[in-house]
Amino acid sequence: MDLSFSAKEQAFRAEVRGFLADKLPPELAQTVRDGRGLSKDTYERWHALLNEQGWLAPNWPKEFGGCEWNAVQRHIFEDECCRAHAPRIVPFGLSMLAPVLQKFGSKQQQDHYLPRILSSQDWWCQGYSEPGAGSDLASLKTKAVRDGDTYVVNGQKTWTTLGQYANWIFCLVRTDPTVKQQAGISFLLIDMDTPGVEVRPIILLDGTHEVNEVWFTDVRVPVENLVGEENKGWTYAKYLLTHERTNIAGVGFSQAGLAAVKRLARSQMHRGRPLIENPHFAARVARAEIDLMAMSTTNLRIISGAAKGQAPGVESSMLKVKGTQIRQEINDLARRAAGVYAMPFASEAVEGSNESPIGPEGTTHVAAQYFNNRKLSIFGGSNEIQRNIIAKVKLGGGA
Amino acid sequence: MNFDLTDERQMLQDSLRRFLTDRYTTQVRNDILNSDTGYSAEIWTQLAELGIIGALFTEDQGGYGGAGFDIAVVFEELGRAGVVEPFLDSAVLGGGLIAALGTEAQKTLLEQVIDGSLLLAFAHGEPASRYDLSHVQTTAKMQDGSIVLSGRKAVVVNAEAAGFLIVSAREDGAVMDQDGISLFLVPADTPGLSLRGYPLLAGGRAAEVELDNVSLRASSRLGVAGQAYPVITERAAAASVALAAETLGAMETATVLTRDYLQTRQQFGRPIGSFQALQHRMADLLIELEQARSAVINAAGHLEGEPYQRELHIAAARNLVARTGRLVSEETIQLHGGIAMTQEYELAHIAKRITMADHRFGDADYHLEQFIDLSTT
Ligand SMILES: Cc1cc2nc3c(=O)[nH]c(=O)nc-3n(C[C@H](O)[C@H](O)[C@H](O)COP(=O)(O)OP(=O)(O)OC[C@H]3O[C@@H](n4cnc5c(N)ncnc54)[C@H](O)[C@@H]3O)c2cc1C
Repeated sequence: MDLSFSAKEQAFRAEVRGFLADKLPPELAQTVRDGRGLSKDTYERWHALLNEQGWLAPNWPKEFGGCEWNAVQRHIFEDECCRAHAPRIVPFGLSMLAPVLQKFGSKQQQDHYLPRILSSQDWWCQGYSEPGAGSDLASLKTKAVRDGDTYVVNGQKTWTTLGQYANWIFCLVRTDPTVKQQAGISFLLIDMDTPGVEVRPIILLDGTHEVNEVWFTDVRVPVENLVGEENKGWTYAKYLLTHERTNIAGVGFSQAGLAAVKRLARSQMHRGRPLIENPHFAARVARAEIDLMAMSTTNLRIISGAAKGQAPGVESSMLKVKGTQIRQEINDLARRAAGVYAMPFASEAVEGSNESPIGPEGTTHVAAQYFNNRKLSIFGGSNEIQRNIIAKVKLGGGA
Repeated sequence: MNFDLTDERQMLQDSLRRFLTDRYTTQVRNDILNSDTGYSAEIWTQLAELGIIGALFTEDQGGYGGAGFDIAVVFEELGRAGVVEPFLDSAVLGGGLIAALGTEAQKTLLEQVIDGSLLLAFAHGEPASRYDLSHVQTTAKMQDGSIVLSGRKAVVVNAEAAGFLIVSAREDGAVMDQDGISLFLVPADTPGLSLRGYPLLAGGRAAEVELDNVSLRASSRLGVAGQAYPVITERAAAASVALAAETLGAMETATVLTRDYLQTRQQFGRPIGSFQALQHRMADLLIELEQARSAVINAAGHLEGEPYQRELHIAAARNLVARTGRLVSEETIQLHGGIAMTQEYELAHIAKRITMADHRFGDADYHLEQFIDLSTT
């Protein structure tokens, strides 16, 4: 056992840190640090800076223009980015669609779509969930019917994150209603400018426009937009789920969040002393930190196994549950720390507002974030579904 | 022992519940949340006519209630419906302070408070005071027979709609002293008083209040100079009963919505309420809800009692309800899945009411400390 990173890994960390110090625009980092929502321009600006450096696609193989970093390097990169308050890399094109195209897409699809993802020419969103198909995704109803050289798509997707920015959507659609649910699903790429596609906003409980409904009415999609084989979409979707789970624990986010809580608690006064000195509050912060330290090592154990080629199994589910619990606890601590200044609603939770904040620094968005991050335990396979997986594997002798 | 409501309170509960069920629908409430004023003047007046504000005052004060149990009955119903109108700020706090301290002349305002035509706000907390009731930095100085106030007040709920602000200021002593704090009735249009208003996350509005050499007549002091602290604590206790009861009502709605949703939402070909993992979670919520109900009854029943017992039960109730509130709001959202994350869905607002109540007059930790201080001495 050796808990330290190798010399090579440490050098890599220094390189990443140097790049971030040089290239991450400070105003951008400040927006992230304040916990505000980011505009499309901001994401694209950051993507462009990373792309210039050749670091936009840490997980892609070199042949497609990626870094081909191993799991440890990716972890170091993500960790440093969080520490520096860099915007997250929007995952839909880069780490959800791309691996599927690289593994199952045609040469033509790879040549066409992958460079456009790197250049931000295309912005992708994920069209899996439907009103009636959440945890039970395989029950999805949006159907695609073959008509000559096109599929005709009808139905509705929902919860489509940042769909309002996207020009393409990758969808799971039903192409065979007569067979077992999982066996009749296909993976289809749809240009959102096609007639019959309509995006409607859903406003979340913190007032933000982050997700959408996407409606399809007789949308004609060329058959060459089918990925892989017809009716094999479920396999591709599952491949995506098992392979793109590196940052599932959100360790970096939690570390940044905990640091923010401590900053806030040092400046907030309670009975004439800084809140951080209050034993009840300090105990809560300490518990979260203790949990985070252990989870961070669990995360590294799994990552280092993955770097050696072991596929993470049920551990992914464990990390998802624990990681989201810790992040949500930290959000709760931040809300508490803000005291009465958690109450105001910052009408412009996204960047671009020039109004001076109402409360002290670090209080403006904490309550909104607390509510927004309830999503963490709902999406990406709810925590209940993760527990079902753990129980099935560990108790039921399943996969 | 008898845990039934009196006939009068039962009638109060029934008529309030009926009114809110009919009139305070999700749609109406969402329109109120999106309005510039943050409350509905029409609903406010109608509820005043129904006697809801009067129920928060004693007979001597011109009402017909005013006890802890009256407050609890009213606020439980308000919480159930997610009402954002300023009953706490205008009546329990503003009106309650005038009733407790005012001269006969000052008390004539109460009639308008009770009929709903005059709104009030309590400008007490300050940017650095957090939840400490004795932390008052705003000063009141006598100058040529007038009183001059200077300072800043934080997150003053309902300040913009209020005809008068009841402002606390220090006439004597150091920042954290209990002695030396006075209350003043400040008309909203007094020169030197300025507000920066904003909406609140859980509905309603508040303001940061600047007092820049606000000059008042000596007759605008409420009660004896420097002696307001015990009355402030007593009203904070009443506010705590109101907040705990409101949270209880909101938790009832949250659990009912969840129970109904678990029975209707289908995934994997069956209602999600048929999964035992979710049934147990729901059962836990119902257990905690009964704990919260009892804690609210304890607090309400001791509001008129001697201060030690009152404070002990208030601290206990606020701590327990805050813990339960967090559990209920988080779990009911989780058990719903994505739908509860949307602004439009009833539970989203209810969960915000529950959570943000933890930021008024002390959060779970504050009340835990209060309880420890009281129970170990
Ligand atoms: C903010 C946000 C962003 C999202 N972004 C996207 C996106 O970009 N693209 C996309 O396709 N989807 C997205 N989703 C959808 C997300 O994947 C779903 O919300 C998730 O799959 C849960 O489905 P549901 O909301 O319908 O809840 P349901 O599946 O209806 O679940 C309701 C409750 O029942 C529980 N439950 C369900 N089945 C079981 C079971 N068998 N055993 C025990 N408990 C069970 C759940 O855990 C939950 O507590 C997003 C969701 C949110 C909230």
